[in-house]
Order: sequence, then structure tokens, then C-alpha cells
Amino acid sequence: MKKQANAARRDFHTLGALILIFAALWIAQSAGALSYTARSMLIPVCCWCLMAISLNLTVGILGELSLGHAGFMSVGAFAGVSVCQLLRVWLGWSDLPALLLSLVAAALAAALVGLLIGLPVLRLRGDYLAIVTLAFGQIIMSVLGNLYFGLSDGSPVFSLIRPISYGESKVEIIRGPTGMTNLPKLTTFPLAFVVLLLCLIVIFNLIRSRTGRAIMALRDNRIAAESIGINVTANKLLVFSLSAAMAGMAGVLYTFNQGTVTASKFDYNQSIMVLVFVVLGGLGSMRGSLIAAALLTILSTLLNEFSSYRMLIYALVLIAVMLLTNNEAAKRRLASLIPRRKAVPLGERGKGGKENG
Amino acid sequence: MAFLNNLINGISLGSIYAIIALGYTMVYGIAKMLNFAHGDVIMIGSYVCFFACTSGSLPPAVGVLLAVLVCTALGVLIERLAYRPLRQAVSLAVLITAIGMSYLLQSMAQILWSPNTKGFSSILEGNFSLAGGQIVVKYITILTIAACIVIMAALTAFTEKTKMGKAMRACSEDRGAAQLMGINVDTTISITFAIGSALAAIAGVLLCSAYPSLSPTTGSLPGIKAFTAAVFGGIGSIPGAFLGGLLLGVIEVLAQAYISTELSTAIVFLVLIVVLLVRPAGILGKSVQEKV
Repeated sequence: MKKQANAARRDFHTLGALILIFAALWIAQSAGALSYTARSMLIPVCCWCLMAISLNLTVGILGELSLGHAGFMSVGAFAGVSVCQLLRVWLGWSDLPALLLSLVAAALAAALVGLLIGLPVLRLRGDYLAIVTLAFGQIIMSVLGNLYFGLSDGSPVFSLIRPISYGESKVEIIRGPTGMTNLPKLTTFPLAFVVLLLCLIVIFNLIRSRTGRAIMALRDNRIAAESIGINVTANKLLVFSLSAAMAGMAGVLYTFNQGTVTASKFDYNQSIMVLVFVVLGGLGSMRGSLIAAALLTILSTLLNEFSSYRMLIYALVLIAVMLLTNNEAAKRRLASLIPRRKAVPLGERGKGGKENG
Repeated sequence: MAFLNNLINGISLGSIYAIIALGYTMVYGIAKMLNFAHGDVIMIGSYVCFFACTSGSLPPAVGVLLAVLVCTALGVLIERLAYRPLRQAVSLAVLITAIGMSYLLQSMAQILWSPNTKGFSSILEGNFSLAGGQIVVKYITILTIAACIVIMAALTAFTEKTKMGKAMRACSEDRGAAQLMGINVDTTISITFAIGSALAAIAGVLLCSAYPSLSPTTGSLPGIKAFTAAVFGGIGSIPGAFLGGLLLGVIEVLAQAYISTELSTAIVFLVLIVVLLVRPAGILGKSVQEKV
């Protein structure tokens, strides 16, 4: 029980620190103390943090590798933006209610796709599951990249592959390979932050609940968990769709910040990037995911000036961190350099990755 | 007749996938890791051949040989520097390292050879026609299919008949037991990487000869598709990679011709998912019973 109380305290610390950082940044932003680059990074950092914690739910807590997380982001972005534009242009709603409703729509659409993918995928395990999620990501990308959607003479029109022949009055929303362009920049930093915070609270509550413990039991030993009556299918589907829903919301926030987005933006590299955040931050550690996502997003934006060397540095950092944190000899050498505050029992040393907090 | 033409093109593309998939499947079978950098080794091989033939004005055969040598060395080097230190680590750490390696190769290619697309001239020009000119077959298509069959036969013979092949099969079955029997696991894995990377070089040259454009990201999508092919056929199985590669190539070309060019990739992956649902371990894969 003491362990649980500690974990709960750690959650509160994470949430508290996050709110303090947000408050400081918001005040700085309102006072005009942030540079243009810093301001432009605020919302993307929130979006990628949200992506990282939602993927961590699947990979770290449920223990299933997913290589198609950007696909959910893309579904959310396209569904949410369509809903928002329809509400604004067709029904004349004002920006904020339309955006909020579109977040709900994005979450629902992405969760539905997550459920559709989750249902068949549950038969597969390990690397096969990973390849199927990768395949789904590719399918989503190529379908959305050929989708056309808009308003022709006041009524919505869908089309796959062939561009729509519009009537007299037209509102184009999705234009196939060109994607969605010239969107108003509706996402604000406080909104993005509040969504991130709410999702984090949902995840923390889930992990500390009976369901969360059941899910982690599935991760640690599926057969043992099943034998004491934990429902594998229901729990896996729950995590899959919840994680997808959060990614979907991140997609809407991200798109309404960028203004222009194509389906190919959410490709396999993007999924991998989020996976890298999760693994570097530590599997199962939400705090780690937040830190890794924020730092790496900032790093890659700062390195933008040296664009050709950016990937090189990113790759080298990635390999170096992996080798240093996962090779036994390197870990020992690192440990002797940095004095530890607390002695770690020998048996625990190898399993640093699966911390839950 | 158009169908026959498409079928031949599909088999040719499938042969390339099969050669790449062999690299994935062997490494997976023996080192139990997804080598995400494999697709980029293909790209490096194509660049080596490209520069040998254009800047060095060497004959294509020498270019291919050079590409094979460079890629073999590269594959062994990558394994030694990045993957071997992680032999005992969790599989996800190895996967991320492989992804990092893939980014590293792509960005090095971008810095060294610029991100612009280069026009790759086929290593074998010309074509011949059959059935009164209704079917036109390029020589490179025949070469690709022939190369695939030869490689397939040679690899099967190698793994079945030679001592090293036996060691490989032993390692893939149970690495610990193989080590106890006196097999040097590190050497075996190195040789697996060497073979896989040599095949990647050949596949790269054939791929760029068939689809003549070369850029630092050339290897990514064919790499993913070939990996899919390996899973399709049952990962870890050599005939599975061959079958999976051929089927994938044929499905892709036929989908392009008869359904939709834009959605052909989606169709390929959809077929993969359906196959995995019916046979969760792939077409020729063995389903292993879990022990409690």
C-alpha cells in the first residue's frame, strides 16, 4: 500500500510540475518575453507530449508494440478538422465551440478506428502485431491521401481518388494529396495544455485503478493474468481505443496550429518518432515520456537551421543513448561515474525500464 | 496479353522484394531482431554501384561487385558496433537502435550525396518481344527473376548442406544450446548480417535498374514492403520470404493495373492483414505453442 501511496504522490508531483511550467510559460508568453521560435514551439510540444503519453499507454502499460500511432493522429486530424470546418462554415458556429466539439469528434473517430484495428489485431502477438499496426498506418495514410471532401452548393460531398466536381458555391475541406490547406490557426497554448493535462489525469487514474492493475498484469504475464479471470480482449481494446482517441485529439490540435497538413505528414517516420520519445523516456513512465517528447521536439526545432546535420545528430544521439542505457558494461561504467543516492538491489538493476509513474 | 505483361512485371518486382526479404528473415531468425536499417543498406548499395558506373566509368558487373563488397562490410560493421553490445538487452532497445541506424545511414547519404534524386541507368539495357510484339520483356526483368531463383537455391543449399548453415539453423532454434554445442554465436550472427547485406546490395541495384531513380530514401518503402513480405511468408523461413516476396510483388502490380494506382500500397497491406488473421504466423510460418 505504501508503494501505491508513493506512486500517487509521484503522479501529483508530475501534474504539479507540469502546471507550474505551463503557468510560467503562459505568463512569459502573455508578457511578450518569449522569442518567436519559443512561442512557435509551445503547441507542437504539447501535441507531441500528448502523442507520447498516449503511445506509452499502449507500449509501456499494455506492453504491445505499435508502429502506427501517427495513423490515429491522422484519422483524428482529418475527422476533427472536417467536423470543425462544417460547423463553422455550414452551420455558422463560432470558433471555440466548434473546436471543442471537433476534439470530441476526433477522439471518437480515432477510437473507432482503434477499435476496428484492435479487434483483429488481438489474435496476434509481438512482432506480428507491430507489423500489422505498421500496415494499418500505411493504409490509413494512403486512403486519407486520396480522400476528397467539401461542400458543394451547401451539401457535403465525399469522393475517393477522383477530385470532386464542385457546383457554384464550394468549400473545399480535404483535397486528396494536397490535404487540408489554409486552415485558421484555432489552437491556443492554454487549450492544448488543458487537453494534455486532462489526458494525463485520465491515464494516471487508469493506471492506479483496478483496470489499470489488470492491464499491467496482462503485460507482465498474460497467461497468469488470464487464469485469474482478467478479460484480455476487453482490456486490450480499452487501451487501444483510449490511446487512439488521445492521439486523435493531438491530431486536431496539431493541424489547427500548422494550418496546412497532408496525409503523408503522418507517415511511418512520425510513428517511429513518437515511439522513440516513449522508449527514451522509459517504458511505462509518463513523466519520462513528457520530458523526452518535449526535449526532442525542442532539439529538432533548434537543429532546423542545420537541416542536413539535424538527422545525423538525432540518429547519433538515439544510438548513443540506447547503447549507454542498455549495455550492461556501459551501464556499470556510467553508474560508477554518477554516485547513486539510493542503493539499488542487484537483481533490480537490469529492469530499469518498467517503472510505472 | 496485358495481363501476362503485368504478371511478368509483378514477378520481377516480387523477386526484388524476395531478395530483400531474405535478408530480413535470416537476421530475424538468427538474431531475433528487426533490422530496420536493412532498407538503407539497399540504398547505400545502389549509390556505390551508381558512382562506380558513372564517376568511375567501371563496367556494371564490377559496380555490382563493389556494391556487394561495401554493403557486406557495412552490414558486419553495423552489427559489430550497434547491435552486438545490445545482445542481452530488451528487444525494443535493439529495435530503436536499428531505427537510429537507419536514420544515420539516410542522413549520411544526404550529406555525402545530396538529397536530390539521381537518375540511375539500368545495368542491363534492352528488351525483347514475344507473341508478335504483344509482350515486351526487358532483359533486366529476366535478370532479376533469374538472380532471385539462383540466390534462393544457393541459400537453401547453404543452410541445408554446409556446416555454417547448420550452425545458423541451430542458433535460430536455440541460441543458448547452440553455444553449449561449441558454435560461435557471434561469428554466426556476423556472417548472417554479411549475407543479408550482400543480398541487399544486389536487390538495390536491381531495384534501381527497374525503377530508375535514386535518393537517400529510396530504400525505405521497399524495405518496409519486403519486411511485410517476410512476415507474409512467415518470418524466419527462407522459402516463406521467397513466396511472400513474389506474392506481394504480383499483388502490388496487379492492384496497380486493375484497381487503383493510388491505393495499391493500401491493398498490399490489407492483403497482409487478412493473411495474418487467417494464419497468424504467416503462410509458411510455424505456430509455436506457448509453454506455461
